[in-house]
Amino acid sequence: MKFMLMMHAPRGEGDWAVSKWPAEDLEAHIAFMRRLNKELTDAGELAGAEGLAGPAQAKIVRAGKGGAPEVTDGPFPEAKEFLAGYWIVDCESEERAYHIAARASAAPGPGGTPLKIPIEVREVMSAPAAEM
Amino acid sequence: MNLTGENLLRELAPQVLGAVIRRFGDFSAAEDAVQEALLAAAMQWPEEGVPDNPRGWLIHVAARRMTDHIRAELARRRRETIVMMQAPPDQQVSPAPDSGVATDQDDTLILLFMCCHPALTRPSAIALTLRAAGGLTTAEIGNAFLVPEATMAQRISRAKQRIKSSGVPFRMPSDRERAERLSAVLHVLYLIFNEGYASSIGPNLQRSDLANEAIRLTRAVHNLLPDEGEVAGLLALMLLTDARRAARTDPDGALIPLDQQDRTLWDRNAISEGIELISATLSKGSIGAYQLQAAIAAVHDEAARAEDTDWPQILALYGLLKRMSDNPMVALNHAIAAAMVHGPPAGLELLKALDTDGRLAGHYRLDAVRAHLLEMAGDREAAIAHYRGAAQETKSIPERDYLMTKAARLAASPP
Repeated sequence: MKFMLMMHAPRGEGDWAVSKWPAEDLEAHIAFMRRLNKELTDAGELAGAEGLAGPAQAKIVRAGKGGAPEVTDGPFPEAKEFLAGYWIVDCESEERAYHIAARASAAPGPGGTPLKIPIEVREVMSAPAAEM
Repeated sequence: MNLTGENLLRELAPQVLGAVIRRFGDFSAAEDAVQEALLAAAMQWPEEGVPDNPRGWLIHVAARRMTDHIRAELARRRRETIVMMQAPPDQQVSPAPDSGVATDQDDTLILLFMCCHPALTRPSAIALTLRAAGGLTTAEIGNAFLVPEATMAQRISRAKQRIKSSGVPFRMPSDRERAERLSAVLHVLYLIFNEGYASSIGPNLQRSDLANEAIRLTRAVHNLLPDEGEVAGLLALMLLTDARRAARTDPDGALIPLDQQDRTLWDRNAISEGIELISATLSKGSIGAYQLQAAIAAVHDEAARAEDTDWPQILALYGLLKRMSDNPMVALNHAIAAAMVHGPPAGLELLKALDTDGRLAGHYRLDAVRAHLLEMAGDREAAIAHYRGAAQETKSIPERDYLMTKAARLAASPP
């Protein structure tokens, strides 16, 4: 079963609240995320993971005249959080996916306190069942 | 032959492909047939031993696959006349593929010229080069570029169609075209190396298989064209850069900049080979951009400690390079060297020209270099702001982590 785990990071001043953290807390956070990815890889459960460039670089695109792209800097829904990145895990059960999401949510923040970042978990739709 | 099976197959792949194209003229089908022959060899040789004439064996198997393929085609379009030969009539008389004419070596080159043809987009040329000349599987190439195998297969197949429809004959480019075509080949090899060395996307900073493949192919071109200074220059540049691979990241995968690397981890053999190569080449005359970049890499690699780096020499080399190529990245590195020799204000002054240049607008490297020079100049607040700006602009996670950490450490340091 594949699940997408979406990490919604809090907006700070500018895009990344983390850029104002003390150095050792930032380094601990980065190391935690690296370790988590390595664990998931070693467990054979990581199907993909990407970090996304910050919302300042986001664009909204609509089809304009003759189907040509019409690119604007918004409008974006007002939100206190933004999608910072995602994992796609291929694991044996929904419970396991929740467990992984909880691990990611507990990434350390300022002072080493778990951040408890909200992680949205959605199952990835799969191919139709094989006809036996 | 003291080559291991896999190296032997990679060495032979372009020669076999050349021979099959020469005979059948259909690049796309020949490429598929050769892949099947390589696969058959990979399965059978370890079991039954390497045949006495491995090249002949591969050509024979691939030619048989081609014949099967043609029969199937004929059956499919019974009433149509197939023009098998894509080559113009004057080339339809070709030597038997295994007659041993002295073209095996040339075939590797012709193939590279073909895969890097200007008619192809760069991603297509890269994919085709790795598959046809490098002998990587589509899955391996897909993995290296983090795209699904099906996507990569499509990219390769469209590139082959493109070559087919452009009607490029399978032969050496004319003397008139040769320089331009060779520089296209070198550029593709350089891009493959770069992709492997400093992956610009995703969490992996290093995908060494691509760097190794680029070095292997460049070495092959250098062996075939030993008098081409820029080929030697590119090979030296790759060796001298790749020599630092083990020192570039810490065990957690974090980026370590050049001046903080543990230089005992650098690969001395690669450095010696690179220095020897570039020294011999520079003494021969006409100097190009790859040779200059290799010379700069050599100066860095020759310094036992970061503080021993001969910055005046690097500054002079970047000055030459800047006159030769209008590349803003070169100007950026030139500014760093100027700051190391004449102090940070000189470097910051040079960066002003890049602000108006426009090509680096919003590029993280400009912010990162400016932050670095401001830090050197002792302007802490401005340096922090530019490190943070660069962290938001970069598309590479290791780079972002490094830049954010840099800003945080600076903010924590006593003013």
